[in-house]
Amino acid sequence: MSEDLESRFEAAVRSESRIEPRDWMPDGYRKTLIRQIAQHAHSEIIGMQPEGNWISRAPSLRRKAVLLAKVQDEAGHGLYLYSAAETLGAERGDLTEKLIAGRQKYSSIFNYPTLTFADVGVIGWLVDGAAICNQVPLCRTSYGPYARAMIRVCKEESFHQRQGYELLATMMSGTPAQREMVQDAVNRWWWPALMMFGPPDSESSNTERSMAWRIKRNTNDELRQKFVDMSVPQAERLGVTFPDPELRWNPERGHHDFGTPDWDEFWRVVQGDGPCNAQRVAHRRAAHEDGAWVREAATAHAAKRARRAGREAVA
Amino acid sequence: MSASWPLWEVFVRGKRGLNHVHVGSLHAPDAEMAVRNARDVYTRRNEGVSVWVVPAEAITASSPDEKDPFFAPSGDKVYRHPTFYAISEDVPHL
Repeated sequence: MSEDLESRFEAAVRSESRIEPRDWMPDGYRKTLIRQIAQHAHSEIIGMQPEGNWISRAPSLRRKAVLLAKVQDEAGHGLYLYSAAETLGAERGDLTEKLIAGRQKYSSIFNYPTLTFADVGVIGWLVDGAAICNQVPLCRTSYGPYARAMIRVCKEESFHQRQGYELLATMMSGTPAQREMVQDAVNRWWWPALMMFGPPDSESSNTERSMAWRIKRNTNDELRQKFVDMSVPQAERLGVTFPDPELRWNPERGHHDFGTPDWDEFWRVVQGDGPCNAQRVAHRRAAHEDGAWVREAATAHAAKRARRAGREAVA
Repeated sequence: MSASWPLWEVFVRGKRGLNHVHVGSLHAPDAEMAVRNARDVYTRRNEGVSVWVVPAEAITASSPDEKDPFFAPSGDKVYRHPTFYAISEDVPHL
C-alpha cells in the first residue's frame, strides 16, 4: 500500500500536477517544505525591520507612504506563507516561538544594518530583485499552497523593486553627496545580495533532493548568475558600479564572470554572528511579548460576545 | 495566545459577476476580526469587492484521493458531454 502511495506521489510530481494539503506525501517532503516555508515566512517578517527603521525619517510624505505600503506588504507576505505552512500541519504560534527562540532561521540579508536612506532604495532594487529571482521559479513549485502564495508575493514584489530603483535614480540626479550615498549603499549590499541565493551548488546539501521533488526549480548558482546578468545593465543605467574587480562580460559563456562571495562571512552570519542578528530577534520577541495583552483581550472579548449571544438565543 | 485563535478560511469575490474564490487562511478571535484581517491581508490592491470567512473546522471535504470512488459515478458517463454526439457538419448552429 505505502509503495503504491509513494509511486503515485512521485508520478504526480513528475507530471507537474501539484501536491495538495491532504494528499499523501513522504515525511521528508513535508519536513523540507515546513522548514523552507517557515524560513521564508520568517524572512518576510524580520525583513520589515531594516526598512521599518526609516519610516519615521523618510524625506517626504510620498516616500513615507510608499515605504509604509512596502513594509505592510512584507507582513502580508509573511502571513500568506505562514498560512501555507499551516496546511502541512505546522502551527503558527509554534513557528513564531521557534523564530524568537532562534531555533528557525531567516534570510541572512536582514542581519545587515540600514545606515542611510539610500539603503532603502538598494534593498528594493537588489535585495528584492534577488528575492524575485528566487521566487519566480517557486511559483511552479510542486506544493500547491506554496506555489499559490508565491504567485501573490511575486505580483507585489515588482512594486518593491521598482520603487527602490526609482528612489535611487532620483538620488543619482541629486547632489554629489547623494550620489556617493547611493554608491556606498551599493558597495555594502552587493555581496550580501549575492549570498541570498545560498551556498555554492557544490556545498548545498539540500539542493539535489529538493530539485528531485520539484520544490526547488533551479540551483543556487544558476539563480545567482541570472541575478548578476540582470543587475549589471541596471547598474550601468543608474551610474553605479559593483564592488567586484572580477566582474566582466564573458562572450564565450554568454554570461558575466564574477568574483566569489566571502563564504566565511556568509556562514558566520547564518550561525548568528552578523551585525544585527541579536537585535533583529530581540525586536521580534519584544513585539510578540508586548502584544500578548492585545491577543488575550481579543480572545476575552470574543468569548464574552459569544456568551451573550448564547444567552439571547436561549431567552 | 494566538494559538487559541481559531483558523478561518478566506474567500474573495474579485468583482461583481464572479464567484468567491478561496485565497488562503488566517487566525482571528472572532468572525468580525477575521473579516477585517482578511481585508488587510488579502485585498490590499483592490483584489476584491466582497470577502467571506468560514471557520476552517466547519468545512466538510471529500476524501483527497484522486482515485476516490466518490467521483466514479461521473467517470463513465461520457454521454453528458456535447462531444459525445456525432452530428453532420452541415447542420448549422449546433
